[in-house]
Amino acid sequence: MPTVRYMVSCMIRLEGVTKRYADGTVAVDNLSFEAPEGKITVLVGPSGCGKTTSLRMINRMIEPTEGKIFVDGKDASSLKPAELRRSIGYVIQHAGLFPHRTVLSNVQTVPNLLKWDKKRAKDRAMEVLELVGLGGDFAKRYPGQLSGGQQQRVGVARALAGDPTVMLMDEPFSAIDPVVREVLQDEFLSLQERLGTTIVMVTHDIDEAIKLGHRIAVLREGGTLAQFSSPDDLLAHPNDDFVAGFVGRDRGYRALSFQRAEVPIYPAQPVELGDRPLPDEEWSIVVDANRHPIGWVERDAVEGPISQSDLQLGGTLAEEHGSLRGFLDAALSSPSGRGVVVNEGRLVGTLRPQEVLQIIRKAPRPSGDTIAGDSE
Amino acid sequence: MRLWGVDLGELIELTLDHIYLAGVPLIVGLLLAIPLGWLAVQRKWLYGPLLAATGLMYTIPSLALFIILPGILGTQILDPLNVLVAMTVYTIALLTRTVADALQSVPDHVKQAATAMGYSPLRRLFAVDLPLGVPVIAAGMRVAAVSNVSIVSVAALVGVSQLGILFTAGFNRNAMGPILIGVVACLILATLFDAIILSVSKALTPWQTSRSGS
Repeated sequence: MPTVRYMVSCMIRLEGVTKRYADGTVAVDNLSFEAPEGKITVLVGPSGCGKTTSLRMINRMIEPTEGKIFVDGKDASSLKPAELRRSIGYVIQHAGLFPHRTVLSNVQTVPNLLKWDKKRAKDRAMEVLELVGLGGDFAKRYPGQLSGGQQQRVGVARALAGDPTVMLMDEPFSAIDPVVREVLQDEFLSLQERLGTTIVMVTHDIDEAIKLGHRIAVLREGGTLAQFSSPDDLLAHPNDDFVAGFVGRDRGYRALSFQRAEVPIYPAQPVELGDRPLPDEEWSIVVDANRHPIGWVERDAVEGPISQSDLQLGGTLAEEHGSLRGFLDAALSSPSGRGVVVNEGRLVGTLRPQEVLQIIRKAPRPSGDTIAGDSE
Repeated sequence: MRLWGVDLGELIELTLDHIYLAGVPLIVGLLLAIPLGWLAVQRKWLYGPLLAATGLMYTIPSLALFIILPGILGTQILDPLNVLVAMTVYTIALLTRTVADALQSVPDHVKQAATAMGYSPLRRLFAVDLPLGVPVIAAGMRVAAVSNVSIVSVAALVGVSQLGILFTAGFNRNAMGPILIGVVACLILATLFDAIILSVSKALTPWQTSRSGS
């Protein structure tokens, strides 16, 4: 399994950055990392690890005591703070919308500060609102009239409106209920992919970090960097016990999300509703007219043609070119003991749990250690 | 035309003077209290001393102030400017704390977001903090307005024309009529000021009414 290396220039670079307060507390200690252009870099760690302080030093909401920060190749300390901030999008936990301004006016904030002409500012605001799924009528409302999830979408739109090359996000999804959060994260990922904005994000949630980050910086208490790597690398080779503990005991299973491997796929003879089960197979897979799997039937449990009530639903479907985790989930959740593989929803074939497990055990891992061999 | 021994033309004139002497300091005082309150919030070490000092100004007896000010300003004792300045001092005394409270009532995450968007401190004050502080400032203004309407009448003792003249006149002539008319006129004025402040505050905060309406 090759580790993906990004051959891109870095957009934000921290060099030996330290923040020490007057009372001697060190919030961030000699922190260095590079956030690659067009990618999401996530700062993650327990509370008190200085992740938010680090983020705020990038747009100079907090001034570092030592070290240098470069944004788009320029030394941040050489720029006027307000001007630097206008070129950097910023999203915070509770959205921080201006309650006295309409959604449209909120989103126009940075374009107005940048002195864009009125029509351009408004057109851009409508455009980004559309991007975050709040077109039309929402523009005229006040933040107090929106749900938490909608407010956060406006927060993202407002950060995007000034066309920033860099966006900073501080726990953007933490205050949102889990169901909506999942949706927002997925939308955010596809939006980021489309726009190619460089993002540095802070979260305390390692799952969120692994889901969203192309690069993850794990910080520990006292503001030192424990590890900086890609998510798969972080899961496969935690630097030390702290990182391993923070990433969690099920990291081996999670790491499978990033593993791709060839798994033997066996052609399957499908049947349709109204057919009879195949006489030679204990289980038959049932598809609809478009070859989309709709369930399994057990030969001995069915008399006569297969009806809707004979179907045993269940099982996630594995994408043909998906991850090992997808294969494993499909194999383990199928009532027939065989995982169903699809391509664009259509049946491709089935796979066998033993073979998937075998491949997982033998999968070439960057370190050569095994998934099951977590020796913490 | 006369009502209870008061000439109506004179009553109107006294009322207009009263509005002028109580109203102008309310505006000027607010304009001066805004930078002071902002400074108190911006520089944390100034907060305590500044608010204590402005608060103390309210305890200076008004009659004493009317008499001392000509010496400081170089004005005549009958000059209405003395009253205007004195009332402005009282307005500042009441509104500096109000402005500081108003600015502090703005949620922290909103202030941070504004700073992160690229507002300079001064621009943020006018674009975000003050508009959001309008309800708190309006509440303080209502107190200051009533206080001004009441204190201005004391200036009758130094002979400055306004509704307080009716009290001294009634007292000298031992007549209740002018005094009653003066009190009622002051009450009506205070109510009028209150209504104006309330409606301006409402007009400046459309977001507040629509919030509950959703």
